[in-house]
Order: sequence, then structure tokens, then C-alpha cells
Amino acid sequence: MTNHWIDIRNSDCIMIIGSNAAENHPVSFKWVTVAKERGAKLISVDPRFTRTSSKADIYAPMRSGCDITFIGGMIRYILNDMQTLSPTERAEKYNMDYVANYTNAALVINSSFEGAFDASHPGRFVGYTENPADAPSKVGGYDKSSWGYADTATPASDSAVVNNSWTSWSDLNPKCVLRLLWENYQAYTPEKVSEVTGCPVDTFNKVCETYAKTGAPGKAGTIMYAMGTTQHTYGTQNIRGYAILQLLLGNIGVAGGGINALRGTSNVQGSTDMCLLSHILPGYLAVPKHTHQSLEDYKNMAAGAKGIVTPQGLAGDKSASWWWYNNDDPNYMKYIVSLLKAWWGDNATADNGFCFNYLPKVTSGHDYTHIGTFEAVANGTVKGMMVWGQNPAVGGPDSEGERKALEKLDWLMVSDLFETETAAFWKRPGANSSSISTEVFLLPAACSYEKQGSISNSGRWAQWRYKAVAPIGEAKPDLAIIDELVLKLKEKYAGESGPTADPINKLFWNYRSSESPDEADANVAAKEYNGYDWATGTALTSFGKLKSDGSTCSGNWLYCGMYDADGNNKAKARDPEDASLNQIGLYSGWAWCWPINRRIIYNRASVDFDGQPWDSAHPVIKREDGAWKGDVPDGGWPAINEAAPGEKFLPFIMHREGVGKIWGPGRAEGPLPVAYEPWESPIEENLVTGVAKGTEAKATPGFHNPCCYVGELGGMNQRGTSSEYPCVGMTYRVSEMWQAGQMTRNHPWLIELQPEVFAEMGEELASDKGIKNGDKVRVSTARGYVDAVAIVTKRFQRLTIGGKKVDQVGVPWHYGYIGMANAPHSSGNILTPHVGDANTTIPEYKTFLCKVQKI
Amino acid sequence: MADKAILYDATKCTACRGCQVACKQWNDLPAVETTNRGTYENPPDLSADTWLKMKFTEVGSPPDLRWVFTRRACMHCTDAGCVEVCPTGALYHNDLGFVGYDRSKCSGCGYCVEACPFDVPRYSGNVITGVREANKCTLCQDRITSGYEPACVKTCPPGALKYGDRSTLLAEAKQRVADLGGKATLYGEKEVGGTHVLYVLDDEPSVYGLPKDPKVSGAVTAWQDILQPVGWGIAAVTVLGLGLNYVIAKRKIKVESEGK
Repeated sequence: MTNHWIDIRNSDCIMIIGSNAAENHPVSFKWVTVAKERGAKLISVDPRFTRTSSKADIYAPMRSGCDITFIGGMIRYILNDMQTLSPTERAEKYNMDYVANYTNAALVINSSFEGAFDASHPGRFVGYTENPADAPSKVGGYDKSSWGYADTATPASDSAVVNNSWTSWSDLNPKCVLRLLWENYQAYTPEKVSEVTGCPVDTFNKVCETYAKTGAPGKAGTIMYAMGTTQHTYGTQNIRGYAILQLLLGNIGVAGGGINALRGTSNVQGSTDMCLLSHILPGYLAVPKHTHQSLEDYKNMAAGAKGIVTPQGLAGDKSASWWWYNNDDPNYMKYIVSLLKAWWGDNATADNGFCFNYLPKVTSGHDYTHIGTFEAVANGTVKGMMVWGQNPAVGGPDSEGERKALEKLDWLMVSDLFETETAAFWKRPGANSSSISTEVFLLPAACSYEKQGSISNSGRWAQWRYKAVAPIGEAKPDLAIIDELVLKLKEKYAGESGPTADPINKLFWNYRSSESPDEADANVAAKEYNGYDWATGTALTSFGKLKSDGSTCSGNWLYCGMYDADGNNKAKARDPEDASLNQIGLYSGWAWCWPINRRIIYNRASVDFDGQPWDSAHPVIKREDGAWKGDVPDGGWPAINEAAPGEKFLPFIMHREGVGKIWGPGRAEGPLPVAYEPWESPIEENLVTGVAKGTEAKATPGFHNPCCYVGELGGMNQRGTSSEYPCVGMTYRVSEMWQAGQMTRNHPWLIELQPEVFAEMGEELASDKGIKNGDKVRVSTARGYVDAVAIVTKRFQRLTIGGKKVDQVGVPWHYGYIGMANAPHSSGNILTPHVGDANTTIPEYKTFLCKVQKI
Repeated sequence: MADKAILYDATKCTACRGCQVACKQWNDLPAVETTNRGTYENPPDLSADTWLKMKFTEVGSPPDLRWVFTRRACMHCTDAGCVEVCPTGALYHNDLGFVGYDRSKCSGCGYCVEACPFDVPRYSGNVITGVREANKCTLCQDRITSGYEPACVKTCPPGALKYGDRSTLLAEAKQRVADLGGKATLYGEKEVGGTHVLYVLDDEPSVYGLPKDPKVSGAVTAWQDILQPVGWGIAAVTVLGLGLNYVIAKRKIKVESEGK
């Protein structure tokens, strides 16, 4: 979340898209409800009418997988409105000072750039290559050299945008971002949106009109999204669409605004911050590649990616580019050196590059995400696997394929509260256990109430939780398990040397304390990721104090400042007073949030050039008597108008150019989102790009995302056709069950509420198939089938897509074959494909082709 | 002591059913074995082990489809049929206005089940001992008499449930109904002498499965006020009681059937 849970109450319009917040984040509705009582409008955009939709002022149905078309249509509506209005009216209805000066809308792009609307390469940007040799699982890749600013270090801006003096698109530089944005989306008319998504034109227009009102200075709209957005082959671009929309409406940085990712579990934010992802180290530092043979190589990589860019002609004239703020001694290097120091301690010295070479390196073109890992298990590359707090035999895509892949492992360790489907993959229905030789270790883990430690919620708040009861039996906290494991590894490697043994032998590993001599102490780990002065052990109070000379350590620079100078952990702070300006609900004394307790990030975009809030009723920060009041400002420099020329800092300090990125050239498949069809699509032609569905083995570039990841999973990942599988399928969660079900399917009260897997469908489809409410049905895809109870409901509508009738079918993915509530063929993910997003490789759980029949 | 009440605002309820689970947890009620019957709603009915359940109803058709949720549990009536008919005083009005239940006094006669205009109480029988007893929501009498809110209120994420002085909640509910406008309705202010669970609805009560004009039948009142004082030991009472039971069982109260 750019903002936080409580802040939702400050919004004037809440658009929930790709999320079913009422069901899957019930507590969020505490704040949605408060906002509604204040008069805020609630919009629910969803393929199905959910408990969230039931509370909405506007419900917009949409074929699953069409977010970019929908949002692109909204962007078009706003741009068209801006262009139609006179400059004066435009500035009243939209915050043009923000759009021009706080985003890259006015900046000019390379003259050789060609958009995805160019007739010579429809649906693709310039620079595309199919089947790249260095990334064999990707459909294609781009040479992005023409996607950057015309002047790479000092991009020029279009003065007509900056001065808000334009009256038609032809007034603007043909390569300025705002004009390129219009060209990218001008075909996304309400009629086209309706044709592609199935949303009625008048409903779509009502959404646009309602949400666009948050563009006025002083108004705020928020987008709440979750896995319905991300779990597509173009999930990252779905979110990019939201970012563009929010920047155009001046909704980033303000109270009641932002792009708010509702994380799938209580600590997903924390796990991301702490690097449970394959492309980052803690604190979002890049994982080194095999080409980075030294810390110097790594520094050069970061310098290229994170260096300073200074836009010309905007109200501000300096970019902080926080990663690289001080060129001689860049922050990026302070963070990585402090991390290495935390990991290898006294062994990490300037002479040995602070043990940089002990960090594992990734090989370009290889994929280390969930999908890539299971591909490597299926093809025998990966021999052993540790599974913590996860149940891929239920939660993984093409889960029957992933279960089968596990048979290739020599050994498997599962740490969980209960025996899971993953731990029991060898006794799943249909498996021949006598032919499976994988050795399985099941370690009993303590649950959250049986251990202490911090969780970081979606709003980036780190909150300490205390142990309420002792774990049952031999169960232990994950931290204790991994502590014992590492100590045992150190014992095994003692006396050896070389590239495998050294990183383990020299690891600084000391997580016991006087309070906890026999088991790792979460407090010790917390202090380490906060960071401290290496010589004195004194906790550091801000990442501004981290050094690149090895005198400080910090396991995660973003968390530096969680401790105060007296060594108190502020994640334990519980001050219930709201001391924020106008009591907008920051509660800054309750827990602690990164970075440096800033509750709303990008908050310098919430004020005008004089430092006064756009919305005086909900001020996040405010300049008064030469000082900032309110939230921790996103950079403490003076307001733009107060500062001397050359020192007027732009508000988006983590971006190289200091402004929000409407134009985002860093993503794999293009600088602007283009509407692509899911890997399995019910239509034969992409109605936006005009590209027909081809017969390519992996995917058709321009019909599909030209850069998405298509797995094989040892031949399991089969692809269905719309003639055999005419319905659009989707998976989701319900309030009463949790993730892959380990905890909830072993809980009688919750099983009572949702006892078994069901398949939701509309009345027309059910009638065609002779299915009555409550009948047993089989939902099939090219990969497998699920047997479920039919819920026939008006909440699922038959949609008309490009003149074709399309039905949707929904199946929750919580169920499996182990535990109290168990049944064969009950896991929704048996249906989903082993394909992933072009940037993140997140699986396309949310859209696939299926058929349904009565059994 | 001022009457207490729960205010249930159906316009804020997301039917997450945290209340259903909290009720079972606090009151130590076992799970009911269920199947999916083509609906999110479960268990299928109130029972001796389920004192609160959320009802899901689809109303209308797209594009005007609504999914309305309502709470099914004891309404804690002022003119409570169950209290009137209870021969042992197991059901009684507490000082705080709600209908309390003393299990130790319950004879398991089941009259309360028939007397309730909202079809709420249920009784269970123990096949070994043959002992039957009634069960229903007690407004968490052990919690509220100790100064805590009922478990369902405590857990409600969107704040659809509130607990407090009935008069305060009534004023709040009236304001909410005025703010909502349209067909918004307050339910429970005057019905059966005033209930201690007040409902804010955005439509007619019937849309939410609530009886328009709930009544405790005259026969029930007669039982409590006239016949019962005549004396327990008289055999004729038993005969008359059986007769009354027949009358009550035949009484038609329009309470929408459970389930979808």
C-alpha cells in the first residue's frame, strides 16, 4: 500500500478492482464503511457479483482478464475530457499542476519510439524479438533502447503541458508522454470497452464519470486491488494501468488516495520486504547476476539503473533519486555493504568486497520464481526442496502437474502446522506411492500465537506480536528451526573450505540471547535488520546513518529506524493517540512503518509548490514557518517555491527523474499497458490490437502478452481451445477459508461454513447444461478436473464479447485431499495453467478456459 | 437499569460471518456437519448448536441485482412469547431488557419454539439421558453482565453490529435511516413491544425475511396470564397444555423458510 488501512476512510471514491475486499480482507471494510458514511462512492469492478459488489454504489461486470481494456478506457475518458475542456475548466476539474510537474506527462520521449498502435507491429512496441535465446521460457523480449527520454540525463518537457496552455493534441510534441498516452488509448472507446469486457456502455461511463471526479484538486480516489489484478500474464501491466490512472487524477501521495495492494496474508508485505522473492535481497536491493563478479560490478549495475535524471522546465528542478542521492558515496552502496556486514560480520572487510562473492548469483535468462522452480523440479534440475508456510500441491498452478513434479525430488522438507497436501503428495488420489522414492521430512511448526516476532501489514506497519501460548508438542517457530538448521550446517562444514563451505562457515550467526539461550530470539533478528553500529552495537535510528565503509550493519535498510536511540523496538509501540494534522488517522505512535515511520509515501505530492495541501481538510503534511508539519515528509527539503534554483526537489524521491511515472519503460512488455488476451482466451481476435489468435506453440505476440512466461511442467501444462473449453474459468478465495486451507480446513467451525468446493455459474449456462442449483458438477480444463457443488446464481452473468456469448465459471482454490475437510479432485488449481506474468512470473490463476458438465 | 440492545445495520453488513464463528467460540457450541447446498449459507438452519446465522438472499436481477444479508438470532422481544409460555422460568427478562436463559431450569417442553414469532429457539435432545433442552442466543449474558459487548458485536469488522443503551442506539438508528433515505426502515422499535436487536434495513422488512407485523398469539398470553397461575399440580393443566400446544402448532406465522 502507498497508504494504509485506516486511510481508506479519507477517500472520496473507492474503486475495488481485482479484489474482493469484503470477503478476503474483511477488516478493510471497517474503513470503507466509514468512508461511505462520509458520502464516498464505492465502485466494484469484478467478473462476478461478490459480497463487495453488494455494498457498492456501482457494480461493473467485466470478463475476467480485461483490466487493461477497462482501465485504458478510463484513461481515455479522462484524457478526452481534459482535451475537450478549456485550459481554465481543465485546471478546475483536474489537478494539472500535479499532472504536469509531479509526473512525467510533460517529458519528451526518444524520437525513434514507435507505439503498439503502429500498423507495422500491431500490439507490440518497437524493438521486439520473438523467442529470445537468453530466456527460453519467454515468448519474446524487447530491445528497449528507444523507450527512454529523448535526453536521457536531462529530459526536456513540453511547455504547453507544463503551462496548461494546450487546446488540442496537435499542440503537443508528438513524443511527449501525455500525447503518446492519448495515442496509446484513443481506441479504447466506451463501445470498445464494452465489446471486449462485456460491461454495459452506460455502466462503464458511470464508473468513468464518478471516478474522474477525484481528479479535482482536493479530492481523493483510491484503488484497492489484490490477486485478481496481479495473477495474469500481464498482471504487472494491470497495476501500471492503475498507476497511470492515479497519477492523471493526482491521487498518489494524498490522504484517501494511492494504489493499495491488499496483501494475501497478514505478512506478505513483510515477506516481500525481507526478500522472499528471487529477484531481490532484503530492502529491494537487486539480486546480483552471474556477470557481477565483484562489488564494483554490482555498483556499476546499480549506477546505471538508479542514477539521477533531471527533468527540465518543471516547477521543481532537482531529483533526489534517493538510491543514488549522493553520487560520491551513494545510498545504494551503503545499504548493500551494511547488509553484507550483517550477514558475514567481521569476515566482511573492504579488502574482500565485504564478502560480496558469498552472495549467490543468478544466471540471466533463468527463472527462479515459483513457476520456474517447479519447471526445474519437473525436469530434474532441482533435487531437494524446503517448503515453509506454503502448500504448492494446492496453491500452485496446474497443481496436479506440480504434485507430479514433486515425485522427481530426492528429498522434500515441509514445515507446517498440519500435514499438508504437499507433504502428502505421495499419497494423493491416483498416485502410485510404491514408485515414489522421495524422502519427506515433515517438521511441526508453531503458529503465530505460539511465537513472538514482527509482521508487516499491507500498510507497511511492522507490528510486534507476542507469544500467547507455548507451541504444542515438538512444534517450533520457523526462526528456531532455521537457526538449528544453520548451526547444524556449520557443524557439518567445519574444517572445510571452498565456494560452498566458506559462505556458511564465515556466516555471522548469533541469534540466541541471554533471555533465550536455547532458541533463536526474534528480538536479536529484529535488531539486526534494523541495524547497529558494528563496533558499539548501538542501534541506528535511520538509514541515513548507514555507511559503506563497513562500520555499520543492517539486515534491511528499509527497517533501519525501527529502533530508537535507547534500543527500544518501535514495532512494539502502542500509542492510541492520533496526533496527525486534522486527525486523518495516521496513528504514528502505533507500531512503526517503513520508511522511517512515513505513513503515506510520496506525501510531498500531496502539497502544492508552496507546501500547502491540495486538500486542506485532509492534510498529510503542511509547510508552516519554514518547517514541515504532519507525517514524516518524503524528503525534508523545503517546498519547491521556498527553495533556491537548483535545489527545488521533485516529490517522487525513489524515482530517477523525481516524478511519478506515467511512462514506465522499465517493464518487460512496454512503457504503457496494452490490452492483451489471457493465455487461454475465449475469442479468436484481440479486439483492441486486431491481432488474431495464432497457432504458435507458446503464445501469439500481440494477441497475448508478447513477453509472458509459458511453462511446460514436464508436459503437464496443456493448453485448451475455446471450441472444447468455451467458458472463462477463474479461481478465488472466500471469507471463511484461508489460502491453501492448512489452517481452515482443519477447523470445524470454518468447515461448517464452507464445507466443500463449489463451482459458481450463471443461470443461462446452468440451464443449457441441465444443471440445477446444488447439483454435483465437473469443471474441466486441458489440465484436469474438479468435482464440485454447483451454485447457480444471478451473480454470474452471461456476457457478450465481440458478439459472442461467453459464460464464466468460478471455483475457490482452498480445498484438497488432506485434513478434516478433504475430497479428491477438489483443488481449484488443478484447473490453472503453468504460465506467468512477463515481469514477475506470477501464475495466471485468474483466467483460463474450462467446461462444465453435470455428473 | 437502562435497557441494552444490539443495533444491526444490514446496509453495512458484508456477511463475512465472523459473528457466526464468534458466537460458537464464546458459547462453546460445536460445529454442525454441513454440505454445500448450492449456497454460501450454512448451517441450513438455527439449531441448539447454532444460535446465530447469516441469511443470504439474492434480490432482483442484473443490472439491479442485490445480495442482501440478514441476521437470524433471538430478537430479545419486550413482549416475548417464549418468556410468556415458559413454564419453568428458564426464559426470563433480564434487568438489561434482554431475554435471558437459565439452562438449569429448562424442562425441554419446547413451547418456546412454537411461541416465537421469529422462529428462533431450538431444542436438542440427548438420546442417552432423554433430557431435552432449549437453546438460543442469550445476548452473551455472561459477557454483558460483566461489562463486555456480546461476542458477535466484538468481532464485527465493518461495524455493522453495535451494542449499547437501547435508547441511544434507537436514536442512532433513526438518524441512519433518515440519512439512507429511500425505502430505508428501522425494524424493532415497536414490533412485539420493541425488540432488543434493532435492524436498519434499506428496504421492506419482508425483503430481509422479517415478518411485517410479528405477533405473539393470544393463546400464548392466556397460558402465562390465566392458566399457569391456577396451579401446576392440576392434571387438567396438562390436558389443557396439550390442547394449547396443538393450537400454537397450527398458528401460521409467516417466517420465511430457512436456506435458499
